[in-house]
Amino acid sequence: MSYCLNCHQSYMETWSWQAFLGLGIVPLLCQDCEGRLELIKGEICRICGRAFSLFPEQYRQGDCCFDCIRWEEDPTWNGVLQQNRSLYVYNDFLKEVIAKLKYRGDAEIVKAFYPVAKTSFRKISRNGLVIPIPLSEERHYKRGFNQAELLARGFSSQPALLLKRKTHEEKQSKKTREERLVQKENPFQVIDAEKLQGQNVLLVDDVYTTGSTLRYAAKVLLEAGAKQVSSITLAR
Amino acid sequence: MRFVSFSLNNRLTIAPEHLVNNPSLIAVPFSKLPSFSQPPLNPSFHFDKNLQHILHGKSLLFDELPFEVEKIHEHYENGYLMYSPGIHKTKYGYACSRCGNEKSRWFASFSCFRCKSDSCVYCRNCIMMGRVSECTPLLSWTGPEVEWSKANNLLWYGQLSSGQQAASQRFVDGVEGEGELLVWAVCGAGKTEVLFKGIEKALKLGLRVCIATPRTDVVLELAPRLKSVFPETLVASYYGGSDERDLPAQLVISTTHQLYRFKQAFNIMIVDEVDAFPYSYDKTLQHAVTQAVHPKHFTLYLSATPSNRMKRAAKQEVLPCVKISRRFHGHPLPVPKMVWSGEWRKRIAAKKLPAPFVMWVKKQAQSGRRAMIFVSSVSMLDTVTDIIKKHVSVIVDRVHAEDPKRKEKVEQFRQEKIQLLITTTILERGVTVPFLDVAVLGADHDVFSESALVQIAGRAGRSKDDHDGQVLFFHYGKSLSMVRAVKHIKHMNREDVT
Ligand SMILES: [Zn+2]
Ligand SMILES: [Zn+2]
Ligand SMILES: [Zn+2]
Ligand SMILES: [Zn+2]
Repeated sequence: MSYCLNCHQSYMETWSWQAFLGLGIVPLLCQDCEGRLELIKGEICRICGRAFSLFPEQYRQGDCCFDCIRWEEDPTWNGVLQQNRSLYVYNDFLKEVIAKLKYRGDAEIVKAFYPVAKTSFRKISRNGLVIPIPLSEERHYKRGFNQAELLARGFSSQPALLLKRKTHEEKQSKKTREERLVQKENPFQVIDAEKLQGQNVLLVDDVYTTGSTLRYAAKVLLEAGAKQVSSITLAR
Repeated sequence: MRFVSFSLNNRLTIAPEHLVNNPSLIAVPFSKLPSFSQPPLNPSFHFDKNLQHILHGKSLLFDELPFEVEKIHEHYENGYLMYSPGIHKTKYGYACSRCGNEKSRWFASFSCFRCKSDSCVYCRNCIMMGRVSECTPLLSWTGPEVEWSKANNLLWYGQLSSGQQAASQRFVDGVEGEGELLVWAVCGAGKTEVLFKGIEKALKLGLRVCIATPRTDVVLELAPRLKSVFPETLVASYYGGSDERDLPAQLVISTTHQLYRFKQAFNIMIVDEVDAFPYSYDKTLQHAVTQAVHPKHFTLYLSATPSNRMKRAAKQEVLPCVKISRRFHGHPLPVPKMVWSGEWRKRIAAKKLPAPFVMWVKKQAQSGRRAMIFVSSVSMLDTVTDIIKKHVSVIVDRVHAEDPKRKEKVEQFRQEKIQLLITTTILERGVTVPFLDVAVLGADHDVFSESALVQIAGRAGRSKDDHDGQVLFFHYGKSLSMVRAVKHIKHMNREDVT
């Protein structure tokens, strides 16, 4: 008997065999929970990876969504994030699951996504470094773990922890007057730039919302010597 | 957080790592500490009254206490507070001290940033109350007990029916001693009023009282009621998301889950809907009740549908029992009507509804009366709601257990801002709305047990001006549970007032 990692219901081995034959992976969730997850498939935005079927036609231009076009038109951000791919649609169910992971601190739940992560990564990986988006020291302590880092373990057995968030003091001291006014300072810092030189990087985060977190991280990585940066998130 | 241990006054004592400035001491997760002894009580220490009020009778994590670690630890050093391991190793695996869980599949581990352990084991069973792991001790109060006020007058002038009166008296008689009582009251019998006199007596004796119920909705409904009839009493409600958990309270209304937070706290424990899922299923919730009561206590069980085991115990007079068979307005329970509606599963899968159900829903919309429509699963909820919306123009909404807007929606329904509310079984108990009809779409589904169906039927006809609510079971072949539920209701209607 197997038990669903999310709702703890026991589920039949037959379901897991069926799913295995269909998807090529053994699910760790019951049929009901698995059914409430929506894999992103079909036509997607070339850059941010959102499914075109889920938003109005008029926000699309060719193979890109308007949000991405706006990012790319801005010279500061042009080409910073090569591409993002997300596994699932950020629907109510996935919101619930991610909340359980982050706010209740149920770390185990992340493993439900490892099987899909492993297969998707095979498609996306280019022998690069897998780097999770870091949490602030304070939040990391409060939660006890970094969910992006746990997720990154689904993509690679050895994620590279080469980023950190600046502390409040670091932010204040380094900010110029102008920066303080426009509030545009990059929240991230590279820890070990040497390891980055000429590398392809795959950033990992739980959710792609506006794309700005990933782009800020990508920017410091490129500035520190990375060759190119893509990202992958659980939800979009 | 990690702890260090060191010898002080010939005693091995412990402290959070950051409070001791001694790099030669090795910091370890709480569970890895050698055994240490509790510091003796220092009577001249000025303890924090606020901390006493919050922690007395509880078992909490550091994160749950709104105090600095320094302050908490100072109380420990003076013997006013105890640390005990949240998770401990057993012969076969692990055990959680908060919820009593020992099943290995309910434990997991993670690489912990707090205690720096690669595999910090935590309990998944009670995680909704904050994570208990190997590095989080549970804190309890060992200082003087809280003295409760004895001015606790009941402000209620209602009349009890003769059935209620008899039950109320049995409770009052039991309050001073130890023991148990089952109050077997039909839905709508007015069981809350039955509790008033007994609670008043207990409060006046300076005893601490808890009403535990499996459902948040019931807590939300009961708490304001009890606050209004006991205006002088400190009352607090405990449920996921409650903001009254730090208030000192002599009378606590809590979900059964939240009882995990208490330890030897209550002299009077009233367990509502003992038969209800998840209470009867879950051994760890039983553990929660056992932990939460004071060694000397009286337990009152409330149920409309006691389990066979309880009924047997009552019959053999092992468990004292008092029955209230009639609803307080003296009218019988509405008997459900069964409506054959074909293969409802297939219809719904094809985004259609069974014809008899559509007919009813249209009529219901026109009548202007509210109705609750029960479906068997959350996945069906959206589909059914969407199709109903196509058929009627009144306000239709849906709600399920984990719906973040659940509280608001139930309130809107109560205020008649929603006419048709589609829901899963989760709202079957405790929600009292007058002028209400009830339908179960797919009543033959396995999730609808006899007791669930009796409870669902009990939602209808709950006020004395409208004792004739309609109850409809739409089905594709009567299930045994349906037949039994109808029999059960008819049986209850025949019984005389005790
Ligand atoms: Zn599940
Ligand atoms: Zn895009
Ligand atoms: Zn537990
Ligand atoms: Zn830990």
